[in-house]
Amino acid sequence: MTNATAEVRTLPGLDGAWTRFALRRLGRLLVSVWVLVTAAFLMIHLIPGDPVRAALGTTAPLSLVRARRAALGLDDPLVVQYAHYLRDLFAGRLGTSMTSGLPVSQIIGDRLPATLGVAGYAFALAIAVSIPLGLVMAVLTRGGRGRPAELAFTSTSVVLAAIPEFLLAVGLVFVFGVHLGWVPVAGRSGPDSYVLPVLSLAVGPAAVLARIVRVETLGVLQADFIRTVRAKRLPDRFIYLRHALPNALTATITLGGLLLSAMVAGTVLVENVFAWPGLGSTIVQSILAKDYPVVQGVVLVYGVGVLAVNLAVDVALALLDPRSTIRES
Amino acid sequence: MSSRLRSRWAGVVRTPVGMSATALLAAVLLLAVLAPVLWSAKANAVHTDQIMQGSSAAHWMGTDNLGRDLFYRVLVATRLSVELALLATVIGVVAGLLLGTASVSLGARAGRFVTAVVNIAVAFPGLLLALFFAVIFGTGTKGAVLAIGLAIAPGFARLTHTLVATIAGRDFVAAARIAGVSRIRLLVRHVLPNVGEPLVVNATIAAGGALLAFSGLSFLGIGVRAPDYDWGRLLGDGLNGIYVHPAGALAPGVAVVVAGLAFNLFGEAIAKGIGLRTPLAGERRPSSAPAYETPARPAPAGEDPVLVVEGLRVDFPGAGGPVTPVRDVAFALRRGEAAGIVGESGAGKSLTALAIAQLIEEPGQVHADRLEFLGENLLDTSARTKRHLLGTSLAMVFQDPMTSFNPIKRIGRQLAEVAEQHQGMNRRQALARAVDRLRAVRVPAPERRARQFPHEFSGGMRQRAMISMGLMGTPALIVADEPTTALDVTVQRQVLSLLRSIRAADDVALLLISHDITVVGQVCDRVLVMYAGRVVEDLPTAELLTHARHPYTRALLAAVPDMTTDRDRPLAVIPGRPIDPANVPAGCAFAPRCAFADERCTRSDPALVPDDEGRRVACWNADLTAGQPVAAAQRGRTTSQGTAGDE
Repeated sequence: MTNATAEVRTLPGLDGAWTRFALRRLGRLLVSVWVLVTAAFLMIHLIPGDPVRAALGTTAPLSLVRARRAALGLDDPLVVQYAHYLRDLFAGRLGTSMTSGLPVSQIIGDRLPATLGVAGYAFALAIAVSIPLGLVMAVLTRGGRGRPAELAFTSTSVVLAAIPEFLLAVGLVFVFGVHLGWVPVAGRSGPDSYVLPVLSLAVGPAAVLARIVRVETLGVLQADFIRTVRAKRLPDRFIYLRHALPNALTATITLGGLLLSAMVAGTVLVENVFAWPGLGSTIVQSILAKDYPVVQGVVLVYGVGVLAVNLAVDVALALLDPRSTIRES
Repeated sequence: MSSRLRSRWAGVVRTPVGMSATALLAAVLLLAVLAPVLWSAKANAVHTDQIMQGSSAAHWMGTDNLGRDLFYRVLVATRLSVELALLATVIGVVAGLLLGTASVSLGARAGRFVTAVVNIAVAFPGLLLALFFAVIFGTGTKGAVLAIGLAIAPGFARLTHTLVATIAGRDFVAAARIAGVSRIRLLVRHVLPNVGEPLVVNATIAAGGALLAFSGLSFLGIGVRAPDYDWGRLLGDGLNGIYVHPAGALAPGVAVVVAGLAFNLFGEAIAKGIGLRTPLAGERRPSSAPAYETPARPAPAGEDPVLVVEGLRVDFPGAGGPVTPVRDVAFALRRGEAAGIVGESGAGKSLTALAIAQLIEEPGQVHADRLEFLGENLLDTSARTKRHLLGTSLAMVFQDPMTSFNPIKRIGRQLAEVAEQHQGMNRRQALARAVDRLRAVRVPAPERRARQFPHEFSGGMRQRAMISMGLMGTPALIVADEPTTALDVTVQRQVLSLLRSIRAADDVALLLISHDITVVGQVCDRVLVMYAGRVVEDLPTAELLTHARHPYTRALLAAVPDMTTDRDRPLAVIPGRPIDPANVPAGCAFAPRCAFADERCTRSDPALVPDDEGRRVACWNADLTAGQPVAAAQRGRTTSQGTAGDE
């Protein structure tokens, strides 16, 4: 066992590259977070006219508008407001909803799990389907084999990828909810209520990913080192699973990350189709109600989600491909 | 320039996908222009007696909650949907261009700042950016157009920046800059025209994306508001009544998908049309497989042959029928014997090696009258037996050690796999064996090296590791395909001496493929000279200079510079070009380049015939050159006379 641990230990020569990579990545993350927080703060101030007046309507008495402005601290100089905003953010205070009077952090806490659940399952499903499918298709269609299979796969995946998630959602509601009546089409209740939202989010990215996995795997199968592996007379499944796939995945992960962050945003539309009680429906309701503190808070959460995905992608890439930590510098 | 451009656009339309995409897009645009003019009245006519009805003869898609005809509403909505999408795209493209060219127009410092901001913005999905801007600009049509336009901008800015950076680095831009051309003029006159095509393609695709995004925002109630209507709003209204009346939601949905697809496919068709600039591949005549009066026989290998090859042929399907880059190859190798295969690139050397190692993949086809390795017929052995036999007893060394290792696996693991697979070792034993083998090829600090990745090895070290991979088993034959070509001269010598010592120590046979006859001469007992897929001469290396009879072999030898070569004269070359395997002429393939070629040579291909000593040659005029040493005088002669035979 001691030998096994020695085997896994990273090399002393690589440690430097890893530290530099981690520091660089952390620096970029901090800058991105700062830009995000500042953008969320400025959002309210960029709105032409008085956001409080806009929110309360033209008929609201002036005294109410003034009181609300004071409560939101909008009368302070911008720099002071920014400082207060940052201070509150560090303390975990995101403000108070202008419509419900609830703390924004509480609203987010209530709604976040529903959104995370649907996005997480959708991503897991997309990965679980697309990687094996793309790999199998690559093996079947390598070197110009299996033209009919290639044509069927390519055209199907192009069409599926072209359908935006909310339209797919509407289609699924029609087929499975209205027509067949198999699963609920609105609200979050039992596990079966997840089926349609998750499917709507997963199908498009799964189609795109499967195509990429296929193309990347085909490219890797052309590489010189695959010939070396074949010369070692390993069984075919070794060649595909242990050598081709990990190499194909390095390119796939970059795009998978983009798809995942697009999926985070896609929840906004899908939640509204299925009346899903998550952050997506909250942000739309709040935008329409001009409940700016809630919008601000939810935008921040979505933004952090996207940054977290990007970070996860870079780390996964660094783990999978040792050259990427060096290449970046 | 313009005619080339026009013909390329015509090419885009000619492909089936391009044609349908163009037709689809034209239909969508035509509908956008005409539909409101023709059907506005019908789309807005309120029929309070026909509220929320399903499809009927009067209303194909049924009616909405005011009894208005949905089919016509979907058609009329084309105008607003397309118009708003294009408007947003224009905003996005213009903003993107301004941001993306900031490094040229504003100078390096400001440009870097803009680029940094764009890079952060680009990490966020478009919909999120659109929602962010929608908050600022307010909900409604105007706010949504601005929001989607600005959401498109970062992606476009990044693309522009990348393209501009590529062009800005080119010489002609530098020249213009030195000539004092102003930044803006530089941008407009020199840079943008050169990045136009990809930008047009991406703008088209972005328009499709904007169309989908707009319908999304309208669907959420953030975009178009009543009494205006686009597809997104029709969809939103339709979803509420989907149980009563599904067509109300499905019709606008289909419209969105079709229109979005029209933009995307058109963009991709242009991209493809621009990318495929190569002219149609030239017509190829099928190569007629020449029939030999007597098939080549391998020179007797004596007792205990490691490898026997007879009538080896490799076929690939070509544009004009099968191509045969390896034909009628026959030879045998004794235990511990080292043979080299030499010839120009394209002579079929590597394919011969791969065919022997059973590494030719479909669509390539290997045929042979005999192909025996260690007494086992490789042509009809079970895959299992063959895998074990070749996995343990045949070692391969490939040309480029840089690309021949899996870049993301540690060297030790890549070696250990062999022992795990074929010797039933566990991970630890296999790794220990790998370290031992690395030590055997004199890789210093093998324990540490085994844990490293290929990119941490130098070229020569990698090639040693490759050889040690072959030594994981107990090889009887090492097939080395140009093992030293990618290495510098000093390292080359080390690798060759390593191969020599392995051969001597374990009595391993060696098949060395090289284009360099001197490399073969240093290591091998025998030389097989290949030309146009055939073995044309086979003789001991020691007799190369004295007994080489084939004019091609002699030309190869004459082309080698040595210490006495006059350095003021250009290096000797073999005139003419190697044969294209898809286009082998009748008769001897070397005849067009041969100084001795006569009428018989162009008529029929000579067979590879052995002489009394076992040397084999395939040449009608072998006797003319026999016994003459390859001398310096020969060089001038080959060169000058060969030129005449160039045609």
